[in-house]
Amino acid sequence: MPTPVITATDLVKRFGDFDAVKGISFEVAPGESFGLLGPNGAGKSTTMRMVGAVSPRTGGELSILGLDPNRYGPEIRSQLGVVPQSDNLDVELPVLQNLIVYGRYFGLPRALVKQRAGELLEFAQLTDKAKTKIDDLSGGMKRRLTIARALINDPRILLLDEPTTGLDPQARHILWDRLFRLKEQGTTLVLTTHYMDEAEQLCDRLVVVDKGQIMAEGSPASLIRRYSSREVVELRFGSARNASAAEQLAGVGERIEVLPDRVLIYADDGERALEAVRGRGLEAITSLVRRSSLEDVFLRLTGRSLIE
Amino acid sequence: MTTATTNDFDGPSTDASAAALRAALRPRRFGALYVLEHRLRAARQAWTSFVFPALGTPVLYLFAMGLGLGSLIRQGSGSVDGVSYLVFVAPALLTAAAFQTASEEFIFPIRVGFKWNPIFFGMNAAPLSPGQIIDGNVLATSVRVVLNGLVYFALMALFGAVPSGWGVLSVLAALLTALSFGGPLCAYIASLDKEASQETLVLRFVVMPLTLFSGTYFPLALMPVYLQWIGWISPLWHGTQLARDLTYGAGEPGWLVAVHLAYLVATFVVGWQLARRIAGKRLNK
Repeated sequence: MPTPVITATDLVKRFGDFDAVKGISFEVAPGESFGLLGPNGAGKSTTMRMVGAVSPRTGGELSILGLDPNRYGPEIRSQLGVVPQSDNLDVELPVLQNLIVYGRYFGLPRALVKQRAGELLEFAQLTDKAKTKIDDLSGGMKRRLTIARALINDPRILLLDEPTTGLDPQARHILWDRLFRLKEQGTTLVLTTHYMDEAEQLCDRLVVVDKGQIMAEGSPASLIRRYSSREVVELRFGSARNASAAEQLAGVGERIEVLPDRVLIYADDGERALEAVRGRGLEAITSLVRRSSLEDVFLRLTGRSLIE
Repeated sequence: MTTATTNDFDGPSTDASAAALRAALRPRRFGALYVLEHRLRAARQAWTSFVFPALGTPVLYLFAMGLGLGSLIRQGSGSVDGVSYLVFVAPALLTAAAFQTASEEFIFPIRVGFKWNPIFFGMNAAPLSPGQIIDGNVLATSVRVVLNGLVYFALMALFGAVPSGWGVLSVLAALLTALSFGGPLCAYIASLDKEASQETLVLRFVVMPLTLFSGTYFPLALMPVYLQWIGWISPLWHGTQLARDLTYGAGEPGWLVAVHLAYLVATFVVGWQLARRIAGKRLNK
């Protein structure tokens, strides 16, 4: 394995008497696309801020590009691109100017910044918006501009904190396409998300985080193989009847999860499990057979849904 | 973790870390100037809101206070502090304008950057440090105060309000006034988190009374003694007296001039350092 660009060992972050991150360890290889998947409040953003060298750790070891962020903050940040959870573009400047001032923060020459800003607008599909005010952009455009801004210093590592939260499905797909291109070009991506589909699409490898701890680690496919069955049957009997119906289903499939709004049956062959349900004389209001996803992995590991 | 000590930085020496060490040299040295550049680019976008006040304020005040009110006073007592009212009030108008500019510049851009449109977090995600972000804002306000001050001074001279050849240095007195009040104000605004209209309260209950009670429009000695202390703690009074010493030689003893200077510099330095520290706590939680 090549030298990791990020190495975290027993990383801890405490705010007062609240432990936001409770000793997590992971490594990220150059060119890898690495994800932190977990619900809101799991400690993902706090971890990202420590990796981004803007939040000193309380304990443990952290090395970014071989440097300690407590001591080499500006040095590390000169090599990072950061896409924060909420946009902080300067609304007093038009689109192109936002890229230029940001490039200047890195001490890059004006001519170089101008040239890159033009290329990045192209990449973000915002060339015709160069002189537009930030307030006149849609949410998806703002996110794309923020990603373009994060690339202005040609970073070795791109950190994305919840990159598509709050976007409509179409805007998310455009964004994923852009991020996928970066991944193909070999940019190291580190992203947090509470969307399992995002993690599945973009991450080579991920850690499932909950309550400041890592619950599992692996590729999306391997995590699903390890913690879930191949398929899942989702049944809705109506919120009052789900629990009682589940009792009558004992023994169908490998495992049954009862959620407030539905019953999940984990089985390698979903259709056969569904037949078995009907065989017991139970008729669901809706039934659906699907492949297992990271959502199921998370449910298995924590007993809770990702989005609550 | 590797901790080779082969280079000046006493840090690891892989290719990536070496590149990082090189890339941070300029931001570490010039970071505050990049913030200044950002502010200047933003100002260019809204240049009318900078140029019109810079020209309009002195013209309006010099006409209204210097000539208008001045002619009334000429008919009454004749002179103030041994000079015509126009000569007496002009340096005070200059420093009061700087004081006003500083109030706005250290309230809104600072509040915006930390809270309303948190661009300071974006700057800090790049190599800029919290201290550099504060310094850049101090520089930006200083540039504006000096430019406005030079315009103000030129108009004062045109109105015949500057008998002394040293008068142009009153622009520096205006800058000191702005920073002396601006430093602590910047620290206070940087510390704000919740929304409670603190900005309006500062403008209404600090900036306005200080403008009125700092010997701006009449000598501080004319105030009842129990109100004079407001002047003594007011950066505006110290700055205005300094400006008067420079434009017409107000005849203050040397020790008092030294007190003015020391007070202005000390309040700025304390406030500015505090602001840098607060910014660090805020951005690097």
